[in-house]
Amino acid sequence: MRLTPTLKAAAAVAVLLAATACGSSGSGSSASTGFNPPDLKAQSKLGKTEGQVNLIAWAGYVEDGSNDPKVDWVGDFEKQTGCQVNSKVAASSDEMVKLMKTGQYDAVSASGDASLRLIASGDAAPVNTGLVPNYKDVFSGLKKGAWNSVDGQMYGIPHGRGANLLMYNTQKVTPAPTSWSAVFDDASANKGHVTAYDSPIYIADAALYLKAARPELKIKDPYALDQKQFDAAVALLKKQNANVGEYWSDYLKEISAFKSGDSVVGTTWQVIANLTADEGAKVKAFVPEEGSTGWSDTWMISAKAKHPNCAYKWMDWIISPKVNAQVAEYFGEAPANAQACQYTSDKSFCDTFHAADESYWKNIAFWNTPIEQCLDGRTDVKCVPYAKWVQAWTEIKG
Amino acid sequence: MTTTAQAAGRSPVRRLAGTLHRRPRLRLSLLLTAPLLWLAVLYLGSLAVLFVSAFWTTDSFTSEVVKVWSTDNFHQLFTLPVYRQVILRSIGVALAVTVLCAAIAFPIAFYTARIARPERRPLLVVAILTPLWASYLVKVYAWRLILSQGGLADWVLKPLGLSGPGYGLVAAIIALTYLWLPYMILPIHAALEQLPANLLDASADLGAGAARTFRSVVLPMVLPSVAAGSVFTFSLSLGDYITVQIVGGKTQLIGNVVYSNIELNLPMAAALGTVPVVVIVVYLLAMRRTGALSSL
Repeated sequence: MRLTPTLKAAAAVAVLLAATACGSSGSGSSASTGFNPPDLKAQSKLGKTEGQVNLIAWAGYVEDGSNDPKVDWVGDFEKQTGCQVNSKVAASSDEMVKLMKTGQYDAVSASGDASLRLIASGDAAPVNTGLVPNYKDVFSGLKKGAWNSVDGQMYGIPHGRGANLLMYNTQKVTPAPTSWSAVFDDASANKGHVTAYDSPIYIADAALYLKAARPELKIKDPYALDQKQFDAAVALLKKQNANVGEYWSDYLKEISAFKSGDSVVGTTWQVIANLTADEGAKVKAFVPEEGSTGWSDTWMISAKAKHPNCAYKWMDWIISPKVNAQVAEYFGEAPANAQACQYTSDKSFCDTFHAADESYWKNIAFWNTPIEQCLDGRTDVKCVPYAKWVQAWTEIKG
Repeated sequence: MTTTAQAAGRSPVRRLAGTLHRRPRLRLSLLLTAPLLWLAVLYLGSLAVLFVSAFWTTDSFTSEVVKVWSTDNFHQLFTLPVYRQVILRSIGVALAVTVLCAAIAFPIAFYTARIARPERRPLLVVAILTPLWASYLVKVYAWRLILSQGGLADWVLKPLGLSGPGYGLVAAIIALTYLWLPYMILPIHAALEQLPANLLDASADLGAGAARTFRSVVLPMVLPSVAAGSVFTFSLSLGDYITVQIVGGKTQLIGNVVYSNIELNLPMAAALGTVPVVVIVVYLLAMRRTGALSSL
């Protein structure tokens, strides 16, 4: 008898759940189209440093020697400015956005698919570039971009840019792949050992491949997909899923999977390829013939920063020629500071990574946040917004 | 005169003690208010917030929570096949882990509680508990190494012409079974230890074989404890998402889907989060019938 009230309650909950299931299904999102960031003021002058700074960064951006004693550009910063650096490595742009919303961090190395979201939500503050002396040497192609500024107002300091690469195990994948088809149409050759980046933004990688492989879809920009193009990309990824061993978002996980041979081919970043090779795995990473998706990163300052002066010092430090050269070489990306090219240990580094070659970057599809208005300028169709990408990504993984 | 002087001379503490002594109900309510508030506000309160926020929506661009009432999330939860699949898979994993744990734990507990020499039993219990002292992550990563390509599992199975399961659903079930096994062994051990020996003797005297004694005497008496252990293994498995991430290959369970939605669609994550709550409540109600909860 004592059971009945609880059972009743459980039944009530079940009825409630069932009722809501049949409720309205109208879209709740207002889909704000115009881009009006909240009115925030940039800092006008620098004050005393606060003794510490909390950063959110991609793996390999804030190195204090703990991963590799030779790789350390945080120690000198701490000595010179007295700002103790606390950094948190984020695995995806979405994680960065989430972490920035907590208000506990002062600055973030945001990629193009996070930066606009941070600006729109008022989490990132405009940046007074006059307080960042090294900003003047940044490549002009990185200044006032659509992903890091609004109406000519910079919302961050460019850090560097690079491409997502295709990495493969040179012993197990023969012949050497030249195209992204190695992870899409020909993935079955390595069934169970293909890997992919575990983030909705990876749908763009499939779209980029389809742009070349199926020209009839007329994909121009992998971040501006109408429903038909989007469905094709999702279908391709669902097919890929059968051959995937595991998805990676934690870079350490990808390293261990390539080391053990559980993954033999898949998308990667240069820094992961370097670390995997350092650990003795036989791997190679390159930009396939279709081009690649990539990122252009910007250090942005939180609108709620508790240590803004240290954060400004950090932004200036990370793009100072020597440090920018170090981080660019370590991560495997093109530096943002033109002066950095003199300081790379490999003198041809900037040429290899096309640091100054703006025409090269036109072939790299930088991460961007897909919105309903097509980013490629089409007005006759609606594009699939990022929220739908997120849902599709869950469905792709099944 | 004397009585008032005496009353005035009493310290307030003593007066309070007197009042409390005379009023047991007041005593009880003072004693229980704080912990009950803790339970109601922090525990049930957060569950209520979870449920309410499942009805909100997000801005599709900034993924900020918009407090507009909508049942879209639950609608999706019930109509999209992928969610149904993930939910059923998660429940399947939790059940498989529970059954495996029970099957493995029973013989071990029987040995530690009845067969091993009594002076060794505490030591054996300590041995069963030791894995709980090691970090969860270390243990799961150890399984990642064991199950990796050419790892320990492959090496052991190679002479038999087999290979390890690799990363995937099976690997996740194995790792979870390993992780939660002690939680199953302990209640069974306790129940078996308390099983009166004369019942087993009586069963033997009446001509029952080992199998019959197990079926008709041991099992009915220990079953509530198995159910109690299963509450742990089932609920811990249902909520886990880290093990699956590390050894589960591309497998998604409820926890993973909640985790991947938390960053971009908190209301959807909340809607998904209510699923394990409902499942566990149903499971607990079912287990309560077996008397498991009173033998925890």
